[in-house]
Amino acid sequence: MEKLAENKIIEDLLPQKFGKQGVIWVISLMIVCAIGAFAYARQLYYGLEVTALRDYVSWGIYISNFVFFVAISLVGSLITAVLRLTDVHWSTPLTRIAEIIAVSAIAFAGLIIIVDMGRPDRFYNLFTHGRLQSPIIWDVIVITTYLFVSLLLLYFPLLPDLKIMIGFKERNGKWLQKLYEFLGSFWKNKPAQFKITNRAIHILSVTIIPVAFAIHTVTSWLFATTYRPGWDSTNFGAYFISGAFLVGAGGVLIAMYVFRTHYKLEKYITNDHFDKMGKVVVLLALIYLYFNINEFLVPAFKMKKSEEEHLMGLFTGEFSPIFWFAISTSMLIPILILITKTGRKPNAAFVAGILVVVGSWFKRYLIVTPTLLHPFLPMHDVPTTYTHYFPTWEEWAIAGGSLAGALLVITFFARIFPIIPIHETIIEAANENLPHENV
Amino acid sequence: MKINENSRRDFLAAGLMASAALAGCSSKNPFTPDELGEVKPSGEMVKLLSVDGEVIEVDKAFLKPVPDLPSVSNDDARVGIPGKKFAMVIDLSRCKSLKKCQTACNHMHHIHPGQNWIKVYPMQESEKTAPYWQPTTCMHCDEPPCVKVCPVDATFKRKDGIVLIDSDRCVGCRFCMAACPYSSRVFNWEEPTIEKEVAHQPYSCETSVPQKKGTVGKCDFCPDMVRQGSLPHCVSACPNGVFFFGDILEDSITNGSETFRFSELIKDKAGYRLMEDLGTKPSVYYLPPVNRNFPFENHESEKAEEKKS
Repeated sequence: MEKLAENKIIEDLLPQKFGKQGVIWVISLMIVCAIGAFAYARQLYYGLEVTALRDYVSWGIYISNFVFFVAISLVGSLITAVLRLTDVHWSTPLTRIAEIIAVSAIAFAGLIIIVDMGRPDRFYNLFTHGRLQSPIIWDVIVITTYLFVSLLLLYFPLLPDLKIMIGFKERNGKWLQKLYEFLGSFWKNKPAQFKITNRAIHILSVTIIPVAFAIHTVTSWLFATTYRPGWDSTNFGAYFISGAFLVGAGGVLIAMYVFRTHYKLEKYITNDHFDKMGKVVVLLALIYLYFNINEFLVPAFKMKKSEEEHLMGLFTGEFSPIFWFAISTSMLIPILILITKTGRKPNAAFVAGILVVVGSWFKRYLIVTPTLLHPFLPMHDVPTTYTHYFPTWEEWAIAGGSLAGALLVITFFARIFPIIPIHETIIEAANENLPHENV
Repeated sequence: MKINENSRRDFLAAGLMASAALAGCSSKNPFTPDELGEVKPSGEMVKLLSVDGEVIEVDKAFLKPVPDLPSVSNDDARVGIPGKKFAMVIDLSRCKSLKKCQTACNHMHHIHPGQNWIKVYPMQESEKTAPYWQPTTCMHCDEPPCVKVCPVDATFKRKDGIVLIDSDRCVGCRFCMAACPYSSRVFNWEEPTIEKEVAHQPYSCETSVPQKKGTVGKCDFCPDMVRQGSLPHCVSACPNGVFFFGDILEDSITNGSETFRFSELIKDKAGYRLMEDLGTKPSVYYLPPVNRNFPFENHESEKAEEKKS
């Protein structure tokens, strides 16, 4: 990183007002959210009847979306905790991006699971009648824990930045100033305060790793604790976790690119960052590929009768186009792009990131739906509409609305808070400059 | 259907009145003013059938609608009938897919049109093996996967072996549907179409009526009938005596006209349970389709083909 004066860093990294593009972006997201909200209002009124879900395919894209959200939220723990604890400094400018993706995604994971409930009005039953032996209760516990730990991991490193921003009273305007003061007026940059927060961040970084593993392992158990072909797998926890790290890292690649080009942060999110994140994504894609091979090749070798229909449906049957699309876009093509040095340049890496995220969404769809279409006893004595599944417009609108909502949270966060940690960047710049000056 | 049901209900109501009247005759007059208020005989007489099968006459003024009989409390419904362990035996050699069981079940539980708690599958394990009809109910497993996964204890296992659903508690997550390997659970995707009088009844776990929007339903082994000493609706509806119901602790099982020792029947006819390898330990036993009463004729596939063409 070239030498940067403190003032310049602050000026570059302070949150900026939405430009024309920003306004269009926010309004379009809001429209998508509004359509989703309208569709949900219809669902509340008419019941889950408005979806294409029926007795056989009783979980559909809401649950795929839930798994997707939980997956992508795992990146917070990867970038902030794993890399922080292993003393990797290049990821510092990416920590807040990763953490806000985590918070926003896990919050919407919680919301979308309520959307899937037949009786959202009885949500409180989970607390008044909760039974600890149900994996759903485990999920409620770990997801809530993860949300709060992630919020704290977002908040503590923000404190020194809040102090910096409180200094720009005129720039902030009345409303934001109040918010900053409410959140951080107690922070005085005292060494004792730093000592406490650093310790807290360290403890949280250690805590969040098992919690992160728990959220996605438990999510995989929602499937793996049943008997169904395609779900009944001891590989599922590791398979989900590795996929989650991959999609999260893909999401960070996209966010890095968007923030860098939109806010002109080339000096802070450098080509070097794309190079390193690109390598991380290749590694994660290879790990996920490994677990996929385990997940499909081993049962395919045996071809048990109950598994056969399911597997053939994926390999050559009705789901084969989506299956091979998901495998190639979420793993094979990104590996091929990012394994080369030119592929790790920002533009190419951005495309690879998009492929990973889109492929991963469809991968989640394949984890949920095809299995349900292959029950142990053949589908029988039901109306023909019950024997296949294609989501209705309400389902697409609600799923799309939740994705837009998550993006909206990230967008507003970047509008209100510095998306790259100012204080930490200053410290790192100083550390980097010192040896140079000595020479 | 509707007319039948109303007349049936009226008949039952009248029967109850009559039996109350007869029971009361021995000790004191049940129509004493202090109990029922001042009743002036209208002079119009109504014929009723007593429990002994006698036709009796009562003044119409004394008739009043029977309030909803106090059903079993939710707590009692969750415990079950003490000292019982219910089981079902389904004799596949007798089934020709008349589906009277299904019709009766759907009717008595007011199941949404198109959905079924009892399904009658045309089964054929492989190309060279013989096809047969296999009716399935809820298996009322002793290790029920649905109960294990329910987050709110809305579906539960009773001491008498029956697995029921509390539709007033179910949150509609459908985890139990994913967990059940027998596909025996159905979901109320929309507001159930039930007559007003039934829809307004308080829900009872033992009758599974009325079904509620956004909750799961399934075969309940008709514990309300069992409590009265009657057989589940599917058992009494089947003209071929396919279904046997009984108490394993008493070791007796009946389809209404024939009664067997449960253990002997299972031993003699080589009874088995579905998907034993999963370890769910069902309470429903099957007798293999040997020495059949009817040849296997699948008109369903013909109908389906007719529809296509």
